Amino acid sequence: MDFILNFWVELGAWAQDVLFGWGLPVWAVNLISDFVGVLILLVIGVMAVLIFTPMERKVIARMQDRPGPNRVWPYGLLQALADAIKMLTKEDITPRHADRALHMLAPLIVAIPALLVYAVLPWGPNIIGKDLNVGVLYIVAIGAFHVIALIIAGWGSKNKYSLLSAFRVVNQLLAYEIPMVFCILSVILFSKTMSTQGIVEAQTIPYFVVMPVAGMIFLICAMAEANRSPVDLLEADSEMVAGYMIEYSGMKFAMFFIAEYVNMFAAAIIISTLFLGGYKFFGLENLAPVLTPVIVFCKAAFVIFCMLWFRATFPRVRFDHLIGFAWKFLVPLAMVNLLLSALVVKIPVENARVEPWVQGAVMLVGNLIVIVVTGFILNRSARGLEDAPALKRIVAVER
Amino acid sequence: MVVTQVIFIILSAVALIGALGVVLSRNLFHAAIFLVLSFVGVAGFYVLLEAEFLAMIQILVYVGAISILIIFAIMLSRRLMSPDFRASNEQWLWALVAAVALFAILVIVLIQVDWPVAQAEVPSDTLVELGKALVDPGQYLLVFEVASVLLLVALVGAVIVARER
Repeated sequence: MDFILNFWVELGAWAQDVLFGWGLPVWAVNLISDFVGVLILLVIGVMAVLIFTPMERKVIARMQDRPGPNRVWPYGLLQALADAIKMLTKEDITPRHADRALHMLAPLIVAIPALLVYAVLPWGPNIIGKDLNVGVLYIVAIGAFHVIALIIAGWGSKNKYSLLSAFRVVNQLLAYEIPMVFCILSVILFSKTMSTQGIVEAQTIPYFVVMPVAGMIFLICAMAEANRSPVDLLEADSEMVAGYMIEYSGMKFAMFFIAEYVNMFAAAIIISTLFLGGYKFFGLENLAPVLTPVIVFCKAAFVIFCMLWFRATFPRVRFDHLIGFAWKFLVPLAMVNLLLSALVVKIPVENARVEPWVQGAVMLVGNLIVIVVTGFILNRSARGLEDAPALKRIVAVER
Repeated sequence: MVVTQVIFIILSAVALIGALGVVLSRNLFHAAIFLVLSFVGVAGFYVLLEAEFLAMIQILVYVGAISILIIFAIMLSRRLMSPDFRASNEQWLWALVAAVALFAILVIVLIQVDWPVAQAEVPSDTLVELGKALVDPGQYLLVFEVASVLLLVALVGAVIVARER
């Protein structure tokens, strides 16, 4: 019974015992278990493509009141496999004027940063690639390589649309990284650690309940970073044709496709780790630790469902609106939220003068006030300048 | 110990190949990509020295901000798209003199200084110590604040320069 409940940890211990039983030295056993761990994480990342492409197409189809893919038996669920076979047999084209080296390099490196993130994502207590004490910072830093890969793709194709898309990559991804980091800082202030596992352990109440403002901002930013519709302005087919991947075909295109889904799954797990309590689910993680990866997966699938819901609900944003939204709305809001959490964290919980839940309650009340005030300001400015004297004054000064 | 040395040699090779690529490639965009490779090699050194925070900051700032800024500047320069663009200009002689002089100074310093090795143990949680040192008036608080003010001034300056009249 105990073996089943602690299946993953016991399995790892058992496998190591078998290796020791073969008479291998310690370093070899460590090397092999590290190697197997890396392999499992990579496979999980790539399997996300096979799981979430059918899910995306089916969910979107359902929301748009059409059947979606239903030819590849059963229920169209093997559509992703059929697509993969099609991709592999397609002709590989390099444009004559393209920068050959860079054109080749971009699809090679685009999936790497997406997969590297999986190293610090916790699947349960001690079920984690490597519990870095700078885990969250690692996630943010790795994102930089994603930007560079997309720029290389956009530049290397020597196509005007791909080049314009490369400009947009810099503009959009950097703009949305800033409010995202502010939200992460709020979480770090509360959990007092940067390790992803530590953040999950610190969440007695999921942070999405404690600070919904940070959670929503992070969700929007994660969608913009993962380049999901309605904020997929990097490849918006109505304006950029296909953006940075316009000149890619066959397996090279497939690499961008894989990277997108790996990124989306990683973003969903990050959101569930930072804001939805990670592998915790009302004490179930203590009752049956074997279920923790399932809990993480279900939470991530729920977040992805929300992203698809967004996609099916909202039309694509205009690019200047998108950037303006990041700089003029999300950044100030995230800064207010950060200041608020810095103040709330100062409530002396440790000395037991105040109950621990008071901190969360105060933060929640503060967040609700922030939401109401934000809605009030937005409402005022939406009604036109006549009704907003403060805004009118600002405009007058600007002129 | 041997493993560490092998990793060190690999990382050095990555950093040096990147640096050589920056200097030798004719295409400026390629040079910028090689610069990223070099930065990654240096970040690897920090990981090897168990300074994870510094390694992450190295990647975040140098790869995520400075390299992308350089690449963006290159992409916005019109002549760079043409294939007959040359990466060097008529000032190459002075650049050579400056580079050789700098290299000589570095070599002299490397040879002459007797590098002391600290005997103290590396603290287990460097991150917390670093955070405390940055806000401790007795240590680096002043430097930290001055750097913040400097960045703020740069930010305001950039906004004023970029503002439309």
